[in-house]
Amino acid sequence: MSSRKDPETPAPASGFSRRGFIARVGIGGGALGTGLLENEAAAAPANVAGPGPVPITLNLNGKPVKLTVEPRVTLVDALRNYLDLTGAKRVCDRGTCGACTVIMGGKTVYACTVLAIDAQGKNIETIEGLAAGTALHPVSQAFWDNDAQQCGYCTPGFVMACKGFLDEHPNCTEEDVKHGLGGNLCRCGTYIGVRKAALQAAKTMKGATKNG
Amino acid sequence: MANTPDYSYPPMDKRKVIGQRYKRLDGPMKSSGRAKYSSDLKPPDMLFGAYLHSPYAHAKVTSIDTSDVEKMPGVKAVYVAAPAGTEVNWQGYEIAGVAATTEEIAREAARMIKIEYEVMPHLVKDDDLALAGTRAKQGGERVVGDPDKAFQDADAVSEGQYGIPVVYHCCLEPHGQIIQWKPGTDPDNKSDQIHVWPSTQNVPDYAGSLSQNLKVPATNIKVRMDYIGGGFGSKFTPDAWAIVGANLSKKAGGRPVKLYLDRAPELMIAGNRPSAYAKIKLGGKKDGTITAWQTESWGSGGFQPVNPPAQPYTYANVPNIREVRTTVSLNGGSQRAWRAPGNQQASYLTCCAIEDFAAKIGMDPIEVFKANAQYAARTGAPDTYRYQLDKAAELAEWKKLWHPRGQSGSGTIKRGMGVAIGSWNGNGHRSQCRTVINPDGSVSVEIGSQDLGTGTRTIITQVAAESLGLQMGQVKLVIGNNDLPPDGGSGGSTTVGGVSTSTRKAAINALMKLYEACAPALGAQPEDLEAVDGHIRVKGSPNKSLTWQAACRKLGATSISEMGAHTGQAIPGLVTGGAAGVQIADLSVDTETGIVKMNRYVAVHDCGMVINPRLAESQVYGAVIMGISTALYEERIMDQQTGKTLNPDMEFYKLAGIGDIGNIIVHMDIREENDKRGVIGLGEPPAVPICAAVGNAVANALGVRVPRIPMTPAHVLDTLEGRTA
Ligand code: FES
Ligand code: FES
Repeated sequence: MSSRKDPETPAPASGFSRRGFIARVGIGGGALGTGLLENEAAAAPANVAGPGPVPITLNLNGKPVKLTVEPRVTLVDALRNYLDLTGAKRVCDRGTCGACTVIMGGKTVYACTVLAIDAQGKNIETIEGLAAGTALHPVSQAFWDNDAQQCGYCTPGFVMACKGFLDEHPNCTEEDVKHGLGGNLCRCGTYIGVRKAALQAAKTMKGATKNG
Repeated sequence: MANTPDYSYPPMDKRKVIGQRYKRLDGPMKSSGRAKYSSDLKPPDMLFGAYLHSPYAHAKVTSIDTSDVEKMPGVKAVYVAAPAGTEVNWQGYEIAGVAATTEEIAREAARMIKIEYEVMPHLVKDDDLALAGTRAKQGGERVVGDPDKAFQDADAVSEGQYGIPVVYHCCLEPHGQIIQWKPGTDPDNKSDQIHVWPSTQNVPDYAGSLSQNLKVPATNIKVRMDYIGGGFGSKFTPDAWAIVGANLSKKAGGRPVKLYLDRAPELMIAGNRPSAYAKIKLGGKKDGTITAWQTESWGSGGFQPVNPPAQPYTYANVPNIREVRTTVSLNGGSQRAWRAPGNQQASYLTCCAIEDFAAKIGMDPIEVFKANAQYAARTGAPDTYRYQLDKAAELAEWKKLWHPRGQSGSGTIKRGMGVAIGSWNGNGHRSQCRTVINPDGSVSVEIGSQDLGTGTRTIITQVAAESLGLQMGQVKLVIGNNDLPPDGGSGGSTTVGGVSTSTRKAAINALMKLYEACAPALGAQPEDLEAVDGHIRVKGSPNKSLTWQAACRKLGATSISEMGAHTGQAIPGLVTGGAAGVQIADLSVDTETGIVKMNRYVAVHDCGMVINPRLAESQVYGAVIMGISTALYEERIMDQQTGKTLNPDMEFYKLAGIGDIGNIIVHMDIREENDKRGVIGLGEPPAVPICAAVGNAVANALGVRVPRIPMTPAHVLDTLEGRTA
């Protein structure tokens, strides 16, 4: 129901991340008009980007990728609209549902709450980087094995949240999973499968570490 | 062949592929993020669209000026859907669309359109009928038998008030499409061409509806969709955004335009489940039999009138009934079909009223539900309900854990259990399928259906493989575009019955042709052959056989291509409608905070012949989880002062998360007598009883009825403190 994801989005380099901005304006602030963002930028002349498109480099799945985006473009929009990395979905666009989850600097983040320009210089893992070709990452495999997807629109975000969670909690219990994956929402009702999938993946990933 | 082939399925114990728990075929694509939903596509030259929506619940557009916006760099087209003079009747109404080279530009341009409104009076709340004034329209009174006398003669009479609010579908993939309207420049074909990649539950009929709106022949409209991110009844027609998107594309010289709703309008205008409120009076005997039923109900499905559902639900044959239904027209987004339209509301009103009656006469509600099972209208249903009520009670440990209403101990945490029933009549829809068998042994099955995440791909492949004596991997399935043989829309639990029947028929028809081609080589008549384990063999002489490959080589150079059709009529043994279910909620209520916590939930369901138990169970899990979410958290909240929707987002419109649903026990009632009825859809039946079961469990825990779903702390505490919710 509520988002229980670690709220510690890494500190933004330019000082006007969308999350920080929302916090200052207040959730009730309503429309996130670009005009306001521009004013913010104008008040901080030391580090001005935009308002026009700026070239940026994102470190995506281990490779630097160059693109040109306006400073107001979020990471999820950069991935989807500019790079054709469409595993991450834009659903609530407000940091509530987890459909846009990626792993940035080792932490799961909602890619709709990070500006693309602020994601520079960090390692960003998207679901496209989890496994090569048609191979399945153990988490994806576990989602398949346990029928943890119906329409599947929440699934990539869930898989990434699960991967991030298991990296930090390799010995998790089912109760841990219920808390750790509480920041992702599914409308089709796949949670029972997701719980089983997370536990299966925890087992396979531990096995893999031991053997490897 | 002159004779109609035998399409019946092999008996349960002889099936090799049907009935097996195959994992869904598109699972790897989905769980690896490789599945491309329509909203993920980016055809060359695509423009991004954005919408301007009405901020008012009721207003007239007095002027609209897009001239500045049209000159903005990057803007390629502007289309006004609501010109000056248009009266808009709900917040979020589509005013104008913009297409631009980036989404950022499109959104900014849409915001900068100059528009003025004359704001008009509105009504946005429907829970208090007294405030609806002239917006309420009463239907006639329906009377069966002699309710007045029956109430007089009754041993006991119970009365209650119940309400179930408007909720949003909240599909995670919003409504919308990518659409391209290309002018006909080809000298041989001057007519325009449209390509559309929608998020739709109805690929086969999409072009037909679009052609009426755009005046482009349906044959020139190509529809394609591989994956859809949820529909639940809300995505059947092309909708305003397809028309606006198409016109933007045309204005932009035929470049494809992507136009999907943002979350707020998605919730406000792209569908909701209508509300239902009722005052219900029940009369009956001490043994639990209901003899009289009276309902005054009202509800709203938005601006267009929608009657609340008829009462009593399922127990339609109660001998004495009086009913008055009233519809309220609101300035709110329109209702759409929601997983078992009308049935959740109907089940909530009926099952809560029955539980209140049971409490009044001091009887176990399961016994009262059983005592009235005779009133269930469908043949066979009374016995099914009695069986399922007992089965659900057994799985929920009802006898051990249930207590009479309110006797839940002196602590502040009260545990309660509630039961409810549901039913649905989802006959298979019309469907056509083509099965192609090639001389090299490859097989393709083509059907213009779509997989909503229900597992349609997987079950079609299972039916084809079973019918041809092959393995799953030997059948290649093509679905998801309108060049294929037409199927129906996926709704009302009609898909599985439709596609399984047309697929079964097409496969058997193709097999008959294959038998003809290889009968001489086997020294037998075609009708003496059977397809088993990758071989065509003579019945009764398993060593007289050809491998599948060898049999197909007998085709020479010509492939077999055979159709199979289902008309939509029930066919005994193959496909039918009418499934029942019983569910029990076990929960705890914290009387200090009002928080309701799910402990366990039991769902017992029949659905005829089950093609894939794993996927069938997932359907039930899914329906139950969605239902728990609506029962505990979901409600559209409107503000009568301003006419605004207060929670068109996912922070304040709560969906249940992975920790909120307790444990769920699903029992598929796969008895042979159900199997013999043929295939029945399962999307709706398990979605029906949840609000009622949860509401009854809360009443059982607290000793008092919380009239209105959702069972939020506010509603629970209001009731406990004697405030009317
Ligand atoms: S789209 Fe980012 S959290 Fe919902
Ligand atoms: S599988 Fe459809 S939203 Fe989760």
